[in-house]
Amino acid sequence: MLRLEKRPSPSTVWTIATPLLAVAFTMVAGGFLFAALGKDPFVAIKLIFFDPLFSEQYGAYSRPQLLIKAGPLILIAIGLSIGFRAGVWNIGAEGQYIVGALFGAGVALALFPTPGWYIFPLMIVAGALGGFLWAMIPAILKTRFNTNEILVSLLLVYVAEKLLAAMSLGLMRNPDIPGFPGSRNLRHYPSAHNAELIAGTGMHWGVAAAFIAVIFAYVLLHRHILGFQVQLAGQAPRAARFAGVAPAKLVVVCLGLSGALAGLAGMFEVSGPAGQVNIDFAVGYGFTAIIVAFLGRLHPVGIVLAGFLLALTFIGGELAQFILRLPSASIQVFQGMLLFFLLALDLLTNYRIRFSPAEAR
Amino acid sequence: MDLSSINPVVLAAALMVAATPILLAAIGELIVEKAGVLNLGVEGMMIVGAVLGFIVAVQSGNPYLGMVGAAVGGAGLGLLFALLTQVLLANQVASGLALTLFGLGFSALLGQGFVGISPPRTPKLNFGPLSEIPVLGPVLFSHDFMVYVSLAIVAAVWYFLRYTRAGMILRAVGENHDAAHALGYRVRRIRVLAIMFGGACAGMGGAYLSLIRVPQWTEGMTAGAGWIALALVVFASWRPWRVVLGAYLFGGIVVLQLNLQAAGFRIPVEYLSMSPYLITILVLVLISSGKARGSLNAPGSLNRSFHASG
Repeated sequence: MLRLEKRPSPSTVWTIATPLLAVAFTMVAGGFLFAALGKDPFVAIKLIFFDPLFSEQYGAYSRPQLLIKAGPLILIAIGLSIGFRAGVWNIGAEGQYIVGALFGAGVALALFPTPGWYIFPLMIVAGALGGFLWAMIPAILKTRFNTNEILVSLLLVYVAEKLLAAMSLGLMRNPDIPGFPGSRNLRHYPSAHNAELIAGTGMHWGVAAAFIAVIFAYVLLHRHILGFQVQLAGQAPRAARFAGVAPAKLVVVCLGLSGALAGLAGMFEVSGPAGQVNIDFAVGYGFTAIIVAFLGRLHPVGIVLAGFLLALTFIGGELAQFILRLPSASIQVFQGMLLFFLLALDLLTNYRIRFSPAEAR
Repeated sequence: MDLSSINPVVLAAALMVAATPILLAAIGELIVEKAGVLNLGVEGMMIVGAVLGFIVAVQSGNPYLGMVGAAVGGAGLGLLFALLTQVLLANQVASGLALTLFGLGFSALLGQGFVGISPPRTPKLNFGPLSEIPVLGPVLFSHDFMVYVSLAIVAAVWYFLRYTRAGMILRAVGENHDAAHALGYRVRRIRVLAIMFGGACAGMGGAYLSLIRVPQWTEGMTAGAGWIALALVVFASWRPWRVVLGAYLFGGIVVLQLNLQAAGFRIPVEYLSMSPYLITILVLVLISSGKARGSLNAPGSLNRSFHASG
């Protein structure tokens, strides 16, 4: 007879081992998926996880992509992880990402074509502000009216997507090319362009910001009273209230912080890799970042590793799509399975499995 | 702009069709939440239902079989959620999100070869002379069978929760799982069954979109309907008939908004199509604030894991 016994505190060994196991399980299950689609599973897995980094043929293109894709994922996931630790569920990062991009690009497009060193910093502030304000909607509705932040933040993603479409077709459309959606390309506006810092590496300001955020989050969680309050509120809400943690303040701080970081990610993306505001700008980083946060165990260092892994699946997925003609959706299935396995295996982190003789009931 | 082109009778008839997908998904989720489980994967189960229903209907040429296939698919995905949250005791919010992310990808994968195909037509029910009644005829008696099935499910859920012993047990499990367990009820089994019922309803809701409402398969076609259904359960304060009211109100907004688009209302289409989401948020705010505090009616054990110790 199997019996589960709750551990007094989560197992350290399993906390680290479960994400690795989940990745291994996903590879096996993904192999079956690819086999079911009529592709050689070993070739597909190698193409997704190995070739983007080490292949002579594709590596030159794929390696810089790793930083380009991991940057926004890590930046967003860091913000989400702080909220998730406190039990504040911001799942609308995709919307905050879009609005941050719109704010940032809005500044650039309004000032076009004035040159100036101050333009890019101004865009950074605007991007963070955009994401922050968009996240304040669920935060204030939660604290003032007790409205569920999960539903509101998610519903606002759809609103943001419509707003993006409206902007690409209306206010922000490039007046020089009538009849096409999309804004001016910021690549041709040096003061606003988020260029690569070191050519050919994919390293841009957004990636730098992601690493700064990681260090910032680490210090916040381990050395600052706010980090302690966040953890306390997540693990023992009642104890947190006795300790004087104001739940409303925590909701505002967590949502605001994750919104600002998601907005920053959107701004760096629109001014760099994407280049313009357009209807196809949002590709789901905000949702994938949720998986990154969980896979990284809500820990800053873990999130960096998880961010790179999921960035790899993005790039490898594109490669597999191109070479094996695998459908693009299969990579989404892959990412979904990863989260499933992680959640399932977490049982081992929080519970001990005991074998007891059947008659001892 | 020509507002006179909007015919209120046609509007009212279209409203029932627009409301049915979220009505189905919401009444299923209501049972799940009444059992004390928060399944945020409604969107995922809906979209998988949409694609499976579509595939089965196209392959068999029978829309009714498609509906059954969608229900089975939705329940299957629900079972996966039940395995995670009830057996493996995973966090319900995270598991629900995983279900949605997985469902969106999985449905796109399944539906690849089915884009641009028309499904077999679902006939309207024949009510004979009833549909000839002015105004009431076209509004109430001009629909396909699923509109009436969805209302029948609501009636059944209402009766089940209010008048049957099993319904009482389900509510007890949702209000206080420890007490229900102490009384000897199988908390886990009841919850698994409730989750599967919710999945089946969400699946049918999705299939209603792909087979009847649109009718076509496109990636991500549920476009947040599952989330709106979740909001609807809160709006309804976990009461079956209020789910109908909410769904039809919502359907009315969607239809009116589409009509305004068609009538060339001066607001751009993108802003008009935001309105269902914005209004859902507004309604959530109204219901969760103020003296009424509908959210106080939430089942006591909602979103709490059950682990029988000892």
